[in-house]
Amino acid sequence: MSEKKTAVYVCRGCGIGNRLDTDQLAKIAESEGKCSLVRQHDFLCNADGVSTIRNDIDGEGVTHVVIAACSRRAKTDAFGFDDVALGRANLREGIIWVRPDTEEARETTQEMADDFLRMACAEIQYIKQPDTNQNAGTNKNILVVGGGVSGMTAAIEASKAGYGILLVEKTGQLGGWAAKLHKRVPDREPFADPVDAGVSDLVKSVEYEKNINVFLNSSITRTSGAPGQFSVDISAESGETVTENVGSIIQASGFSGYDANQLPELGYGKSPDVIDQAELEQLAIQAADGPIKRPSDGKEVESVVFVQCAGQRSDEPGHLPYCSGHCCNTSIKQAMYFKDANPNVDTVVIFDDLRTPGNGEDFYRSAQRKGVIFTKGKPQQVSPVDGQLEVKFHDMILNDEAAATADLVVLATGQIPNSGVDIEPAAMQEVEDGGGESAAQAETETREVQIPVESILNLTYRQGVDLPHLRHGFSDSHFICFPYETQRSGIYTCGPVRRPMDIAQTMEDATGAALKSIQAVENAVLGRAAHPRSGDLSFPSFRREGCTQCKRCTVECPFGAIDEDEQRYPLFNESRCRRCGTCMGACPVRVISFDNYSVDTVGQQIKSVNMPDEFDEKPRILILACENDAYPALDMAAQQGLEYSAFVRIVPVRCLGSVNTIWVTDALNSGYDGVMLMGCKKGDDYQCHFVKGSELAHYRMSKIDDTLQQLQLEPERVEIYEVEITDIQRVPALINEYAAKIDEIGMNPFKGF
Amino acid sequence: MSDVNTAMVQKYRNDFLKEVEENVEEGHWVKMCMQCGVCSGSCPFGPHWDHPPQEIFMMIRAGKRDEVLTTESMWMCTSCYNCIVRCPRELPITHIMHGLANYAHRLGIAPKMNPTRRFAGIFWNNIAKTGRVNELALSLKLYFMDGFMSGIKKGLAMMSVGIGMIKTKRLNPFALISHKGVKNPKELHVLLKKAREIEDRRKGIAS
Ligand code: SF4
Ligand code: SF4
Ligand code: SF4
Ligand code: SF4
Repeated sequence: MSEKKTAVYVCRGCGIGNRLDTDQLAKIAESEGKCSLVRQHDFLCNADGVSTIRNDIDGEGVTHVVIAACSRRAKTDAFGFDDVALGRANLREGIIWVRPDTEEARETTQEMADDFLRMACAEIQYIKQPDTNQNAGTNKNILVVGGGVSGMTAAIEASKAGYGILLVEKTGQLGGWAAKLHKRVPDREPFADPVDAGVSDLVKSVEYEKNINVFLNSSITRTSGAPGQFSVDISAESGETVTENVGSIIQASGFSGYDANQLPELGYGKSPDVIDQAELEQLAIQAADGPIKRPSDGKEVESVVFVQCAGQRSDEPGHLPYCSGHCCNTSIKQAMYFKDANPNVDTVVIFDDLRTPGNGEDFYRSAQRKGVIFTKGKPQQVSPVDGQLEVKFHDMILNDEAAATADLVVLATGQIPNSGVDIEPAAMQEVEDGGGESAAQAETETREVQIPVESILNLTYRQGVDLPHLRHGFSDSHFICFPYETQRSGIYTCGPVRRPMDIAQTMEDATGAALKSIQAVENAVLGRAAHPRSGDLSFPSFRREGCTQCKRCTVECPFGAIDEDEQRYPLFNESRCRRCGTCMGACPVRVISFDNYSVDTVGQQIKSVNMPDEFDEKPRILILACENDAYPALDMAAQQGLEYSAFVRIVPVRCLGSVNTIWVTDALNSGYDGVMLMGCKKGDDYQCHFVKGSELAHYRMSKIDDTLQQLQLEPERVEIYEVEITDIQRVPALINEYAAKIDEIGMNPFKGF
Repeated sequence: MSDVNTAMVQKYRNDFLKEVEENVEEGHWVKMCMQCGVCSGSCPFGPHWDHPPQEIFMMIRAGKRDEVLTTESMWMCTSCYNCIVRCPRELPITHIMHGLANYAHRLGIAPKMNPTRRFAGIFWNNIAKTGRVNELALSLKLYFMDGFMSGIKKGLAMMSVGIGMIKTKRLNPFALISHKGVKNPKELHVLLKKAREIEDRRKGIAS
């Protein structure tokens, strides 16, 4: 590579020139920042400004560029020079927009700008244009695991987009649960009657698509590799195994029905006339639109009671805590099976809340019109009485004990995800067995509902054979902010394995996952990261000589990107990596780094700040702000003209998980009076874009108190905050409160040492 | 009257919902209620009812025939239409309330001393007699509904209003002797009788 040459461009537009002394900034860049080429421009993001930079790169051999103008989140098109190392000093959103334009404020505001420029110049010295990932894969085929509605839909969608598909189904036929339905809830106007389940059409489409290769009676017995280069063993029941290569994987393994035998109080197992919704579908298929007959004696059913939320939405042991989302509409549909065949059949639905997603409200109304009775109540007991069934329930409107008799009782039981082996307990064990400190919480949630599990993917990753489960055993990442994403790069989930859902939602879901998997292979073959740093070319590497084999990086990587080599050194898998830097934050000997993000790129920024001495009464507060939510929130606060203290120095980080404690201790040692860490929400309802990063940071910071004690510093000198992207008002308030607190506890005694 | 009631009980057995659907004005709407409670929450009288509308609809579905037909609740409805305006399912709740009250009255099991029921009776007899309301007679009947002394008291309390109305020709002080009805009240009586017959036939009430 050619010789390193750094250029700094200071913009005077957007009021920067009026508010700040840009000549001074230019001087600092030259003398302290040691940048050979420094230019000021009145309007840097216009065509002239941009071509000035371009010409310097092309003509003057500039390799490193610092743009001192607006936020790194603004003007990314104009300043998108991807052939040089690029740094940004945020003078606009970071300074002039959050500071009052007054005479008294001028001095501290200028000091802020001086420091921001020093920081950018320090950072750029340690940044390198990322090398390309030498280990990028080239395979763009997609493996779909599961041949139900979700799997078939995903396969068809991805195939239509031109990708080769391997569709693996455990049983001997495609269709899954939907194939066992008499009819489905309507998906089109007028949403009035049950309609054909449409499975045969889907199967036909699968057969029609030339790109789809179906493996029936087969399962996945081994998965290894990474996006763009997975290798999978597909084993048939006959014992034959083929090894195939794919670029990404969609796990559409669906759900299992809840075992109604766990509900003896609702009469299941005590009378053959108490059945679940799946069993009613069988009866309806047998009846073929004629009168449905009850199982015990084949008598035509004259009265039927549907019990909603059976063993669901309840904290009782053995029950599912969640709502399965489809069962209210399903009961409405099934009540119509009876009413459509014979309007004189008494159909009563006992519900707690009737939840009818999609256009279910119209469907519900249609059932009411057909004479289905809906009663808000809590069922207590179902028992056989005189050849019939008595359903005792508490009428919640009339606040009264009530009872209904019926020939048949249908229990609306829930969905249990087929998410394979729960790998958490194993991972936790390892941590307890000497993995050292880790954030993995020691308490394992005792799951009440246990179903026998076989692994779905049989991953060879050191972190476990299946996708990590999120809540209640569902495999997912964040189901609102980044659906389909899992904690294993290039592997996506869709359908009821991700969260409970009905056919309509499943089909949408499958389409989304198909698009995600396509994006994954396209990024992978270019050696780029997937969500959320989509397109990033950097990847972590480590200095082998320094590594103590503590395993912390391998355990803490939220995405299972790090395996171990034969000598027990971490083996980074660039293509699986999401570039969060959590490993870098974890490494106690700081040997992990990215070309453009490292312990140095941040550490040197922290050190570059001009530290006033104790008697200046100008505290310095370091803010390490997550670039995903906290930093945008700060930018938006600036756009709204909210003000905050001039004593803060803000460094964006990829994720709080990437924060190495050395940054914090170094900051305090070099005289900062306080450190604020701002990251996303952690825990079960996390918003952390890298799932575990924020949680790990909280854990690490909880350990820093000891260090503070040794240094005889107050614990308040380091604070960690959970910040949402919408906290636009809150973030400046937090800063100002913290600045006031620092004022109270006084200056850091280490200043000037 | 209670014969009609017995006949209805026999006819519908315990299917009170069906009985309501077939006999109560707008009764076929009852099954469409989704139990959201907006009507009860919107009713200015809701807190004073034994059973606000949502509950009445639930009781009908639960077959609580006696409780529904003998309650004073629907007689409390002032026809403000708040509930109709707000019901997400667009039930004509006000009309159903009046329909239920009327049906209970027809069956002879409505609460005897309910003031609304009594006033409605007075009003009906008054207007049906001549085809036009005799306001003076109506007011007097209403005031003296609960006896002589209470009638005098109410009359005295309203005296200045009454005098004002007479002065502005809103009330004819001689209406008791010179009330003008429709041209041919006999024909009106025939007409009303016929209407009642038709309704009874439709509802299967033998009169
Ligand atoms: S912790 Fe993050 S940066 Fe490190 S290997 Fe894992 S995904 Fe990549
Ligand atoms: S790279 Fe760092 S964190 Fe990973 S094993 Fe080596 S010393 Fe531990
Ligand atoms: S507002 Fe309408 S739907 Fe809601 S409870 Fe009242 S009648 Fe029923
Ligand atoms: S119309 Fe009758 S029931 Fe409806 S809100 Fe008014 S008083 Fe209540």
